[in-house]
Parts: sequence; C-alpha cells; structure tokens
Amino acid sequence: MTLLSLEQVSVAYDNHLILENFDLKLEEGKLLSLLGPSGCGKTTTLRLIAGFLEAKGGKFMFDGRDYTHLPVNKRNFGFVFQSYALFPHLSVYDNVAFGLRLRKMKEGQVKEKVLRMLDIVSLNGFEKRFPQELSGGQRQRVAIARALVIEPDLLLFDEPLSNLDANLRVTMRVEIRRLQQELGMTAVYVSHDQEECFSISDQVAIMNAGKIEQLGAPTDIYQYPKTEYVARFIGFNNFLVFDGTRQGNTGLEWTIGDYGFDVQLQAGQSTANTYKGAIRPEDLRIIPLGQLTDLQKSLSNQVPGTVKVSTYLGRSYQFEVQTALGAFTVNQEMDIPIAPGQQVMITFPADKIVMVAQ
Amino acid sequence: MKEKHYGLAIFSTLVFIFLLGPLVIISVTSFGPGTVLKFPPDGFSLKWYQNIWAVDMFPKTFVTSIIISLLGNLLALILGVPAAYALSRYHFRGRDLLNAIFLSPVLIPGIVLGFTMLKYVLVMYQLPIYAGLLVGHTVIMLPFIIRVIGSSLSNFDFSIEEAAVSLGAGRLQAFFRVVLPNIRSGIMAAVLIAFLESFNNVDISVFMTGPGISTLPIQMLTYVQNYFDPTIAAISVVLMILTGLLMFVIERLMGGLAYFTKR
Ligand SMILES: Nc1ncnc2c1ncn2[C@@H]1O[C@H](COP(=O)(O)OP(=O)(O)OP(=O)(O)O)[C@@H](O)[C@H]1O
Ligand SMILES: [Mg+2]
Repeated sequence: MTLLSLEQVSVAYDNHLILENFDLKLEEGKLLSLLGPSGCGKTTTLRLIAGFLEAKGGKFMFDGRDYTHLPVNKRNFGFVFQSYALFPHLSVYDNVAFGLRLRKMKEGQVKEKVLRMLDIVSLNGFEKRFPQELSGGQRQRVAIARALVIEPDLLLFDEPLSNLDANLRVTMRVEIRRLQQELGMTAVYVSHDQEECFSISDQVAIMNAGKIEQLGAPTDIYQYPKTEYVARFIGFNNFLVFDGTRQGNTGLEWTIGDYGFDVQLQAGQSTANTYKGAIRPEDLRIIPLGQLTDLQKSLSNQVPGTVKVSTYLGRSYQFEVQTALGAFTVNQEMDIPIAPGQQVMITFPADKIVMVAQ
Repeated sequence: MKEKHYGLAIFSTLVFIFLLGPLVIISVTSFGPGTVLKFPPDGFSLKWYQNIWAVDMFPKTFVTSIIISLLGNLLALILGVPAAYALSRYHFRGRDLLNAIFLSPVLIPGIVLGFTMLKYVLVMYQLPIYAGLLVGHTVIMLPFIIRVIGSSLSNFDFSIEEAAVSLGAGRLQAFFRVVLPNIRSGIMAAVLIAFLESFNNVDISVFMTGPGISTLPIQMLTYVQNYFDPTIAAISVVLMILTGLLMFVIERLMGGLAYFTKR
C-alpha cells in the first residue's frame, strides 16, 4: 500500500526553486534512499516531508490524509539529524524520554519504553550519561532511539552516518536496516554514500538538480541505469554513441561508422530513441592485438586501440585506451600489466552494454 | 620553562598598581577619622560607615536603585530574549537594520539619550518619575541583553530545537524546554552585565530623577557637591564589596552551568 506520496510539489528558497513539480511515492514498510550529488535537493526533500519546509504548491498525502499543511509537531515522524541534535542539558534517559513526556505518558510507562528502546540500540547502562560523555556511534544510537521510541509513522534520516569512521558506518548501517525491518518501519534515508544506499534500501531514488532521475530497487538501478546521468553517477564511465542500426550476423546491430555492436536489450526496454550505450570499466576486456587471428579481429563488439596509461588499483589494473571512437577506461585483473604504447583490442560484451537515454 | 619574563612581570605589576591603586587609596581613606578625605589617614574610625545610615537618602536611594535595576532587567529580558532569538534564528529583510536599532542606545552618548528620554517620557507623555526611570533603565539595559544573549545564540545549534519539534513539541515548548536551558549561562551573564550597567548609570538617571526620587549614584553625586567627608569613600567600599560578591556568585553559577552545557 502506498503510504507516502508527494504530488507535484514545489519548494523554493527566496524565490529560487529547488524542487519543481516533484513526485515521490513510497510503500509501507519500505526503506527508500535519496542519493545524489551535493546540492541536488536531498535534504530539502527530507525537510519537506518532515514539515520543516512549506511546499509552494502541490500536495503531500500520508496514509490517506492530506499532510500538506500539517505542522511538524503534529506529524509524528521521527527525524535523525546529521549532527545528532541531542539535547546537551539532558541525560541519555531524558533525551529518549523527551517525546514520550510530551505525550503526557505516565512515568512508569515512560521508563519501561525508554529502557526497552535503550536495550534495542545496545545502550543499557548509559541512562545517566550526558551526550558529551558519549562516542559518536553511541550518540547516533541515542538519536535513533529518541526518534524510534515515539513509535513514529515514518522515520527520516539525513546522512546519519557521515560523522562516523568507515568501520562504524558499516556496523551502524546494518543496525539501522535491522531495526527498520524488525519494527516494520517506513523510512526515507539520505546519503552521499552509494554503497550505503544500495546496501540498506528497498528503493533508491537517484536525484539530479531537484528531480528524481530514476527510482527503483538497488539491483535494478545498479545494473540497468535508464539515463546517462544515472549511469555516470553509478560508475558507467564508458559510453558508445551510436549513429544507426544495421543487420549483422546475429541480428540487429547498433553502429558507429563501420563498427557494429550487438546489444542484449532488457525485457520491455524501448529502444526508440536510445542511441547511447553505457558500460562499466570492469565489464570491458582487453587483449594484446598480436594474440588475435584475423578472423577474431573481424568480429563485432570490438574496437582496437592503444594503451595510454596503466594504473595499479590493488586488485586490478586500470587502463586508459585511446581508440578511433574515443578514450575508454578498462579495469582488468592480470598478473603482468599491458604496457603503455601497446596495441590492444577492447571487447564490449553484448550483455553488459546498457542502453540509456540522454 | 625556566626562562624568566622580567619585563612582563614588571609591566603586569604596573598595570595592577594603576588599576587597583585608586581602589586601595579609597578603601584606606574611608577609615580615616578626619572630616575631609585624607591619605594616609590620621587614625582609624568606622564613623563614616555609620554616617551612611545616618544620611537617610543613601539607604533610600539604594533601595530605589535596586528595584529599578531589577524591574528594568526583567522588562529588558522580556523584550530582549525574543528579540535576540528572532535576530539570530531567522534571516529576514531588515534584520541588520533592526539589529542596529536595538544596539543604538550603546552608540548614542548617554547625555543625548538621557535628554531625549526626559523630553519624551517625562515632558511629553507625563509619565510619573518612577515609571520614567524604569523605562529609561530598561532602554539602557536592552542592548546589553540582546547583545550578550545574541552572542550565545549565534553559535547555538538550532537543530536541537527542530529535534524537539519533530518529537511533538510546540514552538513555545521547544523554546522553554530546549533552547532556554542551553543558553542559561548567556542569560545569567546578560543579566549581570545589564544590572551593573543600570545600577552604576548616571547620565540617564540624572535626567530622569526628580523630587524625592533618586538613584544611589545620583544621590552620591549630589552629596559630593556639598560635602567632602569620607562618607562617599565608605559607600564606595560597600558597593565594591557588594559588586565583588555578585560577580563571585555569578561566576560560580556560570562555571557550574558551563559544566552542564559544555558540548
Ligand atoms: N536555507 C537555504 N537558503 C537558501 N538556499 C538553500 C538553503 N538550503 C539549501 N539551499 C539550496 O538548495 C539546494 C538544495 O540543497 P539541499 O540541502 O537540499 O542539498 P543536498 O542534496 O542535501 O546536498 P548535500 O548532499 O550537500 O547535503 C542547494 O542549491 C542549496 O544551495
Ligand atoms: Mg544535505
């Protein structure tokens, strides 16, 4: 069931439109992340949902009710801030109890709920500490407990892990995902970190300049970006700009000049106007030209070129290859790298080329 | 470090002598038995301290000063805290102008302000002396309240206020439960500074006092115009001690608060 829907919403700061006719839908019990470059409007979207920002136009429906003009404190949403925003003058216990006390709950019940929540985030025994006496990860868990204990209808996270070190980030994101699934919460999660978003989300929305470019399951987006922007954003660094099609040996081929490319289209993918193919560096293969027979050289999905730069990446080597169709980046594992200046053949596997819209 | 900073030591000593010297001299002369201020005094006597109470205008104006400063402080807080909050929380057109207006009483010479207040508050609107004095002192305290509280709000993380609101608090609830407790030391400091500013004020009060109603500094001024005995030195010593005590208490209080509000 659709729980949350933004319909044609616009937001402006000082007459400067940040979101324009923005649409978003989210199912109950799912975690959606907003991913995109700095300044694309992720925080703005989140603050709009929370109610800190007022929409200029459009509608925000939540659970079948119109929330467009409902004040923040009437929404019952939990917000986890990037800076944690714990109350410095209150102990861990009082921080977590804050929302419950506002709801005029009896102290006995408050205590029961706070202690249970602190147990869930593994902070038992920390009740009397003050926020400044906690580590970053512990503060973050207090912030999450404080937002969760009010049993919010929706959880909002704004880059909650960006102040933590890399190891703790991984631990915490697993924990957030576990809590969200165990408690059956619906959540919107903002992050800069692609891996973080892909690993914890049911749905990922890739944003670009105040618009959602693509929304889908992490695996779908990762494998089949729909637009060039999304493709570039998630690491498809190589593009083939086709100029037409022709009948090849195995069926329809896309062409660039004399070069032919067999492309395996995704089910239901329309190719009406898509004349651009994207491919990841790790999906390209290179072989020294000398190792190929003339017959092999004449096959489709190949472009010859010269290695310009070779960089050691640890597990693999990265090569910059200059060809008649432009430069391509290839990541390949090999024992002895191909030296710059060598002639090579790049292979573009048909099932790895993804057709994208401009 | 073994290195000795003789130059610095000598310089600091000179500064201390220069700053504290007059205070020491006044304190010592207040214990003199003679009828004029004399240093060093010829003997020891507490009679000028008794004289403070004998001249009944001193205790009377002291009480007036305290009441005016405290009430004015309260009024300045009621006006100043919301103003300081709005000025640091929101970015709106005319904010800088408003800031300048609120701070203008510190920039305008006291005499000019005092005269203007006399003209408007007492002459034009015919306010009673006591009320006029209160208005005048509220006006001189307001900029200090706004500036000091404003500076403690300027590095305030307003996301904790948003957190309170997202947890269900109304705007006022969020302010009183979350913002206020975290700027308590700033408010204490503002109250203290404003109180001293008002309590010691001469240039506004001199225009606003009238028959039978005066503040302590004005009364002292009137007294030295007529007498030159050490009563004034004795009263200065009493004021120094009271101010010192006040500073000490507030310092302890703020130190204690700073412990709880440190991040
Ligand atoms: N208070 C504000 N006043 C004016 N413009 C703002 C304000 N807050 C954000 N903006 C602008 O709105 C746009 C979107 O900002 P937003 O904070 O939503 O970006 P973001 O995607 O969260 O970026 P980041 O990843 O850096 O946090 C930016 O161009 C920013 O400059
Ligand atoms: Mg942001």
